Amino acid sequence: MTSIRIDGRDCPTRTGINLLQACLEAGASLPYFCWHPELGSVGACRQCAIRQFSGPDDTKGRIVMACMTPVSENTIISIDDPEARDFRASIIEWMMVNHPHDCPVCEEGGECHLQDMTVMTGHDTRRYRFTKRTHRNQDLGPFVKHEMNRCIACYRCVRFYRDYAGGDDLAVFASHDNVYFGRAEDGTLQNAFSGNLVEICPTGVFTDKPFSATYARKWDMRGAPSVCVHCAVGCNTIVNAREETLRRVLNRYHEDINRYLLCDRGRFGHGFVNAPTRIRTPLRAIDGQQAAIPMTDALQAFARMAAGGRIVGIASPRAALETCFSLHALVGPQHFCTGQTRHEQECVELAHALLTRHPGALPTIHEMESADAVLVLGEDVCATAPRLGLSLRQSARQASFHTADDARVPRWMDAAVRTLGAQCPSGLYVLTPAPTDLDDVAAQTRRAAPDDIARLGFAIAHEIDPAAPAVTDLAADDARLAARIAHALVAAGKPLVVSGMQYGSPALMQAAASIATALARATPAAGLSLVLPECNSMGLAMMGGLSLETVMEQARAGAISVLVIVENDLTRHLPPADVAELLAAVPDIVVIDHTATPLCRQASLVLPASAFSECSGTLVSQEGRAQRFFQAVFPPAPIQAGWRWVQALARSLDPSAPHMTGLTVWRDLDDVLSALAQAFPHLAPAVRAAPGADYRMNGQKLRSQTYRASGRTVIRSFVNVRDQPPPRSPDTPFSSSMEGAYGPDMPAALVSGYQASPWNSVQALNRFQHEIGGPMRGGECGIRLLSRVGHSDAKPAYATDIPRPHLVQADTVLVLPDTRLFGSEELSMFSPSVMARATAPALGLPAGMAATGRMVLHLDDGPHMLPVEPVPGLPEGIALCPAHMVARAFRFPRMARLERMPDEGGRS
Amino acid sequence: MLDTLRTLFLTALHAFHRRATVQYPEQKPYLPPRYRGRIILSRDPDGAERCVACNLCAVACPVDCISLQKTEADGRWYPEYFRINFSRCIFCGFCEEACPTYAIQLTPDFEMGEYARPNLVYEKEDLLISGSGKYPGYSFYHVAGIPVPGKARGTSERERPPVDLHSLLP
Repeated sequence: MTSIRIDGRDCPTRTGINLLQACLEAGASLPYFCWHPELGSVGACRQCAIRQFSGPDDTKGRIVMACMTPVSENTIISIDDPEARDFRASIIEWMMVNHPHDCPVCEEGGECHLQDMTVMTGHDTRRYRFTKRTHRNQDLGPFVKHEMNRCIACYRCVRFYRDYAGGDDLAVFASHDNVYFGRAEDGTLQNAFSGNLVEICPTGVFTDKPFSATYARKWDMRGAPSVCVHCAVGCNTIVNAREETLRRVLNRYHEDINRYLLCDRGRFGHGFVNAPTRIRTPLRAIDGQQAAIPMTDALQAFARMAAGGRIVGIASPRAALETCFSLHALVGPQHFCTGQTRHEQECVELAHALLTRHPGALPTIHEMESADAVLVLGEDVCATAPRLGLSLRQSARQASFHTADDARVPRWMDAAVRTLGAQCPSGLYVLTPAPTDLDDVAAQTRRAAPDDIARLGFAIAHEIDPAAPAVTDLAADDARLAARIAHALVAAGKPLVVSGMQYGSPALMQAAASIATALARATPAAGLSLVLPECNSMGLAMMGGLSLETVMEQARAGAISVLVIVENDLTRHLPPADVAELLAAVPDIVVIDHTATPLCRQASLVLPASAFSECSGTLVSQEGRAQRFFQAVFPPAPIQAGWRWVQALARSLDPSAPHMTGLTVWRDLDDVLSALAQAFPHLAPAVRAAPGADYRMNGQKLRSQTYRASGRTVIRSFVNVRDQPPPRSPDTPFSSSMEGAYGPDMPAALVSGYQASPWNSVQALNRFQHEIGGPMRGGECGIRLLSRVGHSDAKPAYATDIPRPHLVQADTVLVLPDTRLFGSEELSMFSPSVMARATAPALGLPAGMAATGRMVLHLDDGPHMLPVEPVPGLPEGIALCPAHMVARAFRFPRMARLERMPDEGGRS
Repeated sequence: MLDTLRTLFLTALHAFHRRATVQYPEQKPYLPPRYRGRIILSRDPDGAERCVACNLCAVACPVDCISLQKTEADGRWYPEYFRINFSRCIFCGFCEEACPTYAIQLTPDFEMGEYARPNLVYEKEDLLISGSGKYPGYSFYHVAGIPVPGKARGTSERERPPVDLHSLLP
């Protein structure tokens, strides 16, 4: 701890940061543009000028850029110094010289960093009387809108896009006053993190295109803290809503997970909530047609269906913990299915077991950034867990940070560190069947079949710890590669092994765990991370239940009279023949879901559940972190949370069933959670993921609208001119109106938006942080359910079932899923912008094998005619088939027959 | 006694004073153009809607009686709906002051009495007039940087033509 003096005030601060950070942490309002906590300093904009004095006797001092000056003991600076103030005011005036008169028609208006900084420096009158420079815009695709006139040339966009996220299609062109940030030609931004430009850009050059279509000002929208539902990473988001429709998703800072950045699927995948595919009323199948019926009729219909028969419940890895648990309470543990196939469930349970047993560390996404050797074992993390992939990309820079430390260059000195690190070796090894987006920063990549990668993994484990089983008949160059990777991992201070269940291979995860276990004997910091497929896969794995195959067997035996399926599209898990058989064998199927999936069309009763923005609940991320998402939208009557529907079903039944006691008397989410904690003690900490509905700050609920939300007395007056009371929110500590407490010290799990006058943009976040880039002032957010086992002297347990090498067969190919960022995930594909971004499915074949044109792939559900595209490096005998895009319920790995098109034309 | 007579006299004298009461509605009082009465939405000189749905009137309104939703056509922003609840309006004129495009204006018309409150909820069709109101000649899009139909990029007031990125000239 050190101390600096700012304008005569002594402020405690820390070393290793720059003066701009120190000033902001001390609560001073110092304008800046080019600095960003995640991108470091380059001193490009000259906005954060302050006066620094060399000692108590120095009265003259000198103007320095705060972002480029490190904090040292007893630094004396002045922000209020008249000359520094003039300097900053003239910089803003220069920036505003070419800034267009656009604020009323700019999506950034009202949450614009440039507006804030202009007001902060006091520039209010334009003196420049000459002409403004203009630029032509580009069409940057369905996510990002481009308006180059507004640019102030801070260079944040290219620094983020190219240097941080590894994109190569956004660049800076032209010179001096004319610099242009865009693509070489019009076209969609290809990087998976392009949406962050919206928040990174301090002004309105890059704005959110889907949001612009249903635009509302920041102050007009209700906010709620939420958790992304589009993969298992569990990124924190803020959901913004107005007039009971979801408008946009913003990043919510979580120091350990997503920090400042979200992937495009998370940011733009929310469109399914407002899509025409939403179910808004109960539907009953009458004579093969589904008709809308009132809620009471639906519940009576259910009571008739369930009379006397056995009810079996199918939960879903994309449903909240509370919803799954309520179903568990309705049907009882013997009839509760997790909604996954046996293979999927075994993989998820194996991942849970491996993580629980792991003697080393279970690093968070942020901790992965500082891993100095990373092995990615058979998982395309950039498609299955994109935010994790971005962290691994940063981990490749560890060597350059060490070089910078040796050269005594502070790590935030971005340009210098990148120059120093240009030649530094990366510690990232990517072993996958198909190319990944991380290949360009990897020290070495290897393309092989999953079984071969697993063998290589076991060989690496054996290299590290000879006690681990050896792999017999390993090819010589594989053995050399194993030795090299083992050497790199052993030499690292913080090694990390990442794998997952993308290829459905338990051996891959076993191999990854073996390596991490072997490493943990000498390096307790050795980390293991396993990527899971869905946002609550881990929660469901910790809850347990039957597999879909078991339910199928029961159905075939005629033992099921009603099947209650909650937020699960079985057609994505079971082949069409199995789904048809299940539908035929079970008299009545009740589906509770928010989106009309193909399964809903065949159900006898469909009940409209609320989507993630319309209810509150808990999700458990792949790192075992229970996190609460909160309601932002109050949907019209029949739509209600999944667990409330299950409760309504239970109430319509005979109340004497023993296991249901409790279910019918729950009043709010807290009751569900306390029942959950009793039924599943290992999930009990999830109750503390966020404060309960009884939380009060200064005796008040927290407000979810801004204090200046407009239109309160008119917004619903076309329905009724009399004032409506604000909707009740029994499940949350939020008031649905603008009345309530709000402040930087509120619990981090309850931050519904960032605004701290005079900071109105997302950069107001620095007021909510204890340290910039560090913990929030409101404490921890979410709670980890997997605890670290710790180092033990017991002999580590290694898996011994090493798979046999992959053999190329003449007549069949091994079909592996080509998981896509846009297209493979279920819910985001109902979002129009993500749909526009998804490309047509194509069959990936090794470059040598790929003939031009189309080929026919014979899967379980019949032949599929697909265009062929060569995948460089793909091993022989493997075909990549887009997951869920060709065959909806595609089970993998599969051997399948591939043949050339008999002749052109026909169905595809 | 004298006081009573004086009072009677003074009262009678009022019979010969100039009348302050106006015989409304037969006789209409003079209201200056800046009188704050019924709110209208004006059009720019080209006849297009001036309102760009920036929401500043709504946020400035102290009784929160204005609500609107932005939509867009050819780069031009419009309100998809624009609703004022005149049963709440206090005619303070803050909306007019906040408006960056001179779209929303208060007029010297105050004759808005209704028997049913719902009739005081005005939608965009009720508010939009065909002229430019108190501020003739002003068109926001002629000074803003974004192009709209009829105004190409770089042709607003005090703008240079778009930069040629391939030029190496200083």
